[in-house]
Amino acid sequence: MSAIQEVGTIQRALRAIRGQGRWLVGLLLTVGWFLLPSIGIAAEGASAGPTEYRDIPYIGSRNLVWIVAQLHLLLAGFVLGVPIFAWLCEVIAWRGGEKRYDKLAKEFTKLLTSAYATTALFGGILLFLLVAFYPKLMNYLTDVFFPSFLLYCLLFLLETATLYLYWYGWDAMQHGNKKTLHVFLGFLLNFFALFIMIVPNAWATFQSSPVVLSEGTAFERAWAATWNPTWWPINIHRLIANVVLGGYICGAYAGVRYLSVKSTEDREHYDWMGYVGNFIGVFGLLALPFAGYWLMREIYQYNQQMGITLMGGFLSWLFIIQAMLIGVLFLGSNYYFWLGITHRIPGSEAKYRRAMLMMLVSLLLCLAVWMTPHSLVASIEEAQKMGGAHHPLLGVLGVMSAKMTVSNLMILITFMSFVMYWRAGKQDTAGWAKLGKAVMGAVLVVASLAVIVLGIWGYFVPAIVRINYFSTSQVAIVGFVILTITPLTALLLKSAKTTTEMVWGSMPPRAGYALVLNAVMVILLMTLMGYARSSSRVHWHVYGVMRDTSPYAYSPALGSASLIMAFCTFFFCILVAFIFWVATMGDKYKTAAGTGKGELPHGIPAMAGGAPEERQQG
Amino acid sequence: MGALGKPIILMVGMYAFLKFVLPNIPGSAPLPSSLIFLYLLLTASGIVIFETLSGESKDAFWGPIQRFLTGENIGGLQALRYGVLILFPLLVGWQTYGSTAVSDLPPTESRTIHPAPPGEYTGLSNPVPKTPENIMQGKGFYAAYCSPCHGGNFDGKGPAARGYIPSPANFADPTTIAMLQESYLFWRIKKGGVGLPIEGAPWKSAMPRWEVELPDEWIWKIIMGEYDGAHQSPRTWE
Repeated sequence: MSAIQEVGTIQRALRAIRGQGRWLVGLLLTVGWFLLPSIGIAAEGASAGPTEYRDIPYIGSRNLVWIVAQLHLLLAGFVLGVPIFAWLCEVIAWRGGEKRYDKLAKEFTKLLTSAYATTALFGGILLFLLVAFYPKLMNYLTDVFFPSFLLYCLLFLLETATLYLYWYGWDAMQHGNKKTLHVFLGFLLNFFALFIMIVPNAWATFQSSPVVLSEGTAFERAWAATWNPTWWPINIHRLIANVVLGGYICGAYAGVRYLSVKSTEDREHYDWMGYVGNFIGVFGLLALPFAGYWLMREIYQYNQQMGITLMGGFLSWLFIIQAMLIGVLFLGSNYYFWLGITHRIPGSEAKYRRAMLMMLVSLLLCLAVWMTPHSLVASIEEAQKMGGAHHPLLGVLGVMSAKMTVSNLMILITFMSFVMYWRAGKQDTAGWAKLGKAVMGAVLVVASLAVIVLGIWGYFVPAIVRINYFSTSQVAIVGFVILTITPLTALLLKSAKTTTEMVWGSMPPRAGYALVLNAVMVILLMTLMGYARSSSRVHWHVYGVMRDTSPYAYSPALGSASLIMAFCTFFFCILVAFIFWVATMGDKYKTAAGTGKGELPHGIPAMAGGAPEERQQG
Repeated sequence: MGALGKPIILMVGMYAFLKFVLPNIPGSAPLPSSLIFLYLLLTASGIVIFETLSGESKDAFWGPIQRFLTGENIGGLQALRYGVLILFPLLVGWQTYGSTAVSDLPPTESRTIHPAPPGEYTGLSNPVPKTPENIMQGKGFYAAYCSPCHGGNFDGKGPAARGYIPSPANFADPTTIAMLQESYLFWRIKKGGVGLPIEGAPWKSAMPRWEVELPDEWIWKIIMGEYDGAHQSPRTWE
């Protein structure tokens, strides 16, 4: 009996017993739930030979694996991004002596234990689902990657032990050499986390750009498969993306808390935390487009078919949606900086309003170019007037030369927004201030012009010249601006006089909403590009090596895919909210208890992340 | 309405520019409504961002809207308020109906212009040596087989081009064949419009399936002639 027939039988049976009372229905449903896996097993049980695929009714194996994999990846990004964020804050506190950074680092490390467990849980579920639904593929991947599976297990043990030492030893290792040891543990935590990320990246990238050795030892085959053409581009892209995700989620958390707290002290704290989160997010965001461009270049070079599928074929519309999401992210981040200038630094609005307007207009113009598709959505009538799907004048904005140019300009503008925020409320006193500012202005203007000239010139040279030389030059120019203006500004501000003190806790509520919006945009972006990367393999499990012969060997339409992306984004937000809630439950109890030295009520389980305080209380 | 005046003028001005000015620039064409909507959305976002940067500007911008919508101290504008409150939902309803109602018009196009080529074509490189003779020969074949549609100047404006929607590709445009590898062109010329994969649907290409008339070597020569004549270079990785 096939799975569909069996489900139909169950439904008929349920209809037949409708009048027999709800308890009977409930009992049968419970039994049915436990028997659900047998449907999948039964579906393949009658076929000859080893089972290649299993399925489950309604949701389908592919969709279930998609959702669980995406959630696991988002959680992993969070779990790997937050330690970078926390460790950087701890180092700042350690070297600079600002205790509030240490407190911030601890506040976020507290999240790690519960977040780590949730990530591992989803990883385990994903593994079971993959083994159950795709036995043939998993058998093949195990055969190729067996040595790295063992390494992955070892890395997990090391990461777990380090995390426990890092978190539970926080208070005990606060001073002297112990603090140095603690900072080293934080480094180790990130070091192992990096490898925990890049090892499974090899499995995923192997599926897209496989390198298969027919001979050699297990180790040689695994190593060749690991070092495939898209492995390092993905590693770098994901590493930066994790920092961005960690930063923006911390910002969103601060934004939500800022909107709900009552006391001035809390408002100041969460306002500052929101600023730090946004700063870290923006810091990563500046480098992310470069990493993405490198990844796409490698994919294109690896296989023209895959490159065109992504950038010119049926997935190309995703990149317009991507432009919209990144655009909102850039606008949201800049908006937050500008709100900081007008609200945290009283009296600065009049001075910077014109500059903010110019930056906003420039950002919007860049975004308009980035979002203009090469092939436009047009009715038959409109297409007839244009002579096709390309607009004769605006069509030139739809290709990479234009996109690269405006993305570089947007990075420059965002960087200058930050510099403006940094300088606001301060007056230069250095003798060379005038010269320094003139140099910075000249660097910025010349660099912007150079980026634009290279962008226009890019239309008139062979593609390889544009990709290998012009685009990289644009990136180098932007990097040069950042590396020149940052130290010059820091030097100038070292001797600057503070004319207006920064007032924390004075941001309007819309600043908190902007932080939440940024986090949602990043999550949506990750789900979108996860779909793009995975779908670029089209009907292959392992591109060009192992074909997908399941009933799901087709790419879902963009509309249906967007539903899953939206669900994953929503569910991930719920999971993160749950993790934050669980992790801060102990704090709320402590606050409610006043001094925090009261006796713990009996029977309350120790909450994940609450141990150091509880230990002190005890 | 003082503080609202500028944003309203800006929105109207932007719409007028996109709808009436930009299409009349030489070499341009009317913009599809999707693009106009996109640019207006960006303009509106910019206005909201700028006007809410400070508490004062936010109050100056949002205050009149709030007062108008709540009817607080608006005097003689009450009738206009009721008009807006009644007409706006109707407008939204009309738009929704218009976009979902069954129509005799064909659906909006969002076809894939560059569907991915089949795997067997992706690794190919031009086997014909790039000599002046071969390029000239390619241009000759192009003149005979391709130029009626794609034009003697490689600009997509051949004598037969006016009969086709979409127009034949303009090879002189740096956003067409310059973005593609030679193997892609080989596949498209050889298999024509009927050889497009399902992701390229609706197949709106009148390109003949030249493999039934031309040997492969001629097609490779045509490709060389096209690039040379259009002053473009194929995408390569070296």
